[in-house]
Amino acid sequence: MFDDFFIRALIAGLGIALVTGPLGCFVVWRRLSYFGDTLAHSALLGVTLAYSFELNIALSVFIISSLIALILIQLQKKTNLPGDALLGLLAHSSLAVGLVVIGFLTFIRFDIMGLLFGDILAVTTDDLLIIWTGGAVILLVLKLIWKPLFASTVNYELAEAEGLNPERAKAIFTILMAAVIAISIKMVGLLLITGMLIIPAAMARNISDSPQKMVLFSIIGGLLSVLLGLFSSLEFNTSSGPSIIMASLILFILSLLNIKQSIKLKN
Amino acid sequence: MSSENSTLVKLNNAGFKQNDKWLVEGVSLTVEKGKIVTLIGPNGSGKSTTAKIALGIYKNIEGSVEKYTNKVGYVPQKISIDWTLPLRVYDFMLLTENIKDEAIDEALTLTGVIHLKNKNLGNLSGGEFQRVLIARAISKKPELLVLDEPVQGVDYTGEIALYELIKRISDTLNCGILLISHDLHTVMTATDHVVCLNGHVCCSGSPMDVAKNNEYKTLFGEQASQILSVYEHKHDHVHSDKGEIKKN
Repeated sequence: MFDDFFIRALIAGLGIALVTGPLGCFVVWRRLSYFGDTLAHSALLGVTLAYSFELNIALSVFIISSLIALILIQLQKKTNLPGDALLGLLAHSSLAVGLVVIGFLTFIRFDIMGLLFGDILAVTTDDLLIIWTGGAVILLVLKLIWKPLFASTVNYELAEAEGLNPERAKAIFTILMAAVIAISIKMVGLLLITGMLIIPAAMARNISDSPQKMVLFSIIGGLLSVLLGLFSSLEFNTSSGPSIIMASLILFILSLLNIKQSIKLKN
Repeated sequence: MSSENSTLVKLNNAGFKQNDKWLVEGVSLTVEKGKIVTLIGPNGSGKSTTAKIALGIYKNIEGSVEKYTNKVGYVPQKISIDWTLPLRVYDFMLLTENIKDEAIDEALTLTGVIHLKNKNLGNLSGGEFQRVLIARAISKKPELLVLDEPVQGVDYTGEIALYELIKRISDTLNCGILLISHDLHTVMTATDHVVCLNGHVCCSGSPMDVAKNNEYKTLFGEQASQILSVYEHKHDHVHSDKGEIKKN
């Protein structure tokens, strides 16, 4: 019925949505959307390194993104610059370095559009394995650090005072962010990954009254976005990333109707 | 572990410096099981800082902290919760520990906010939220309770009831309490040990000792001497269970 590449893209996309759902909630709660962008932009450098040294793309992106996250933490400690300035500095300079390196790699043909916006044709069987095992590990680790991470998201000092070690949870979460970007870069593209994290979670916020519900709806929203997005990508021959993000935007707009209704109910 | 098993947390000459300015220094105090230690002092005297040192929130401190328990309940003075989070009272009760539903209901009933259990935390009034904070701290059945102005914003009758509750909890759970309070009357009547701070420990001891201390009188002035008289007055009679006055 469908071509193999499309089935692969579906399996990959659904796997990614399962992971970006809960992680995206934390990105929204902890106001990390720009941080996500920074890691995603640095992923381009990871991709170029993967091509230069014939490494696995996901692995190379994961290493570079983690490295950028570490540099960011160090800069935050050592300088007096505000967080968003540091993020901008790292995001754009790593993007620039990545693009310059691509310019030097004339012997490799790059599909820049594919890198930036995702390419469903690029998903291989190996990628599926990476997405699903990587995704399972990410979700497992997130479950393990859920308590300290969530408690410190609500209130850092309460978590610290009551012995939950929020610093460790935060560090682990940063690594999980790098990991989710690494596994989803091929599919969604580095300019749009943060959208995949934020928009379903934002949609879920509009229709949830508890954190568990928000995570659940965020996952469902992500899965629906992938399904809708990929089918329309096939139908209209559009890039996979923008199609998925547009689908999630439509879901977000629909969720706004729910807010209006609940305000009416209150009155 | 401690040689004295009843010690929960001990500060040895502890202090904390931020931006080259001492917030508090040279604090030594011990909180033991079943005892209430109260910190008093003017604004900016380092009460909350001392509590945070005891809790291990501040890391780079002078002196040392010995903490012998991990079962801690904390009611912070200021709490800013981000309302991007959909959070009900019920979810908040489970924040740092998975507590059984019965224990949650019991704690919320004790502080008089059981009817708010499924309300969104963002929709509570200041006093209601304060009651939820106390309920959350006690529902864990902690060994050490740190209460930083726990009844702020609570109505007057509620305030008295909550202080009675705190006293009762210290008795029934046999937990140690580090209390920060501006209500000198409560401090003088319900506390085992008082530490009067003003950037450093200006005096400490039993409520009686502190009330007589000259530095304390300078810090608190008129109010202090009134409380002192209340306190001394208390010694010519005791109250029975029913609140009747019995002369000594």
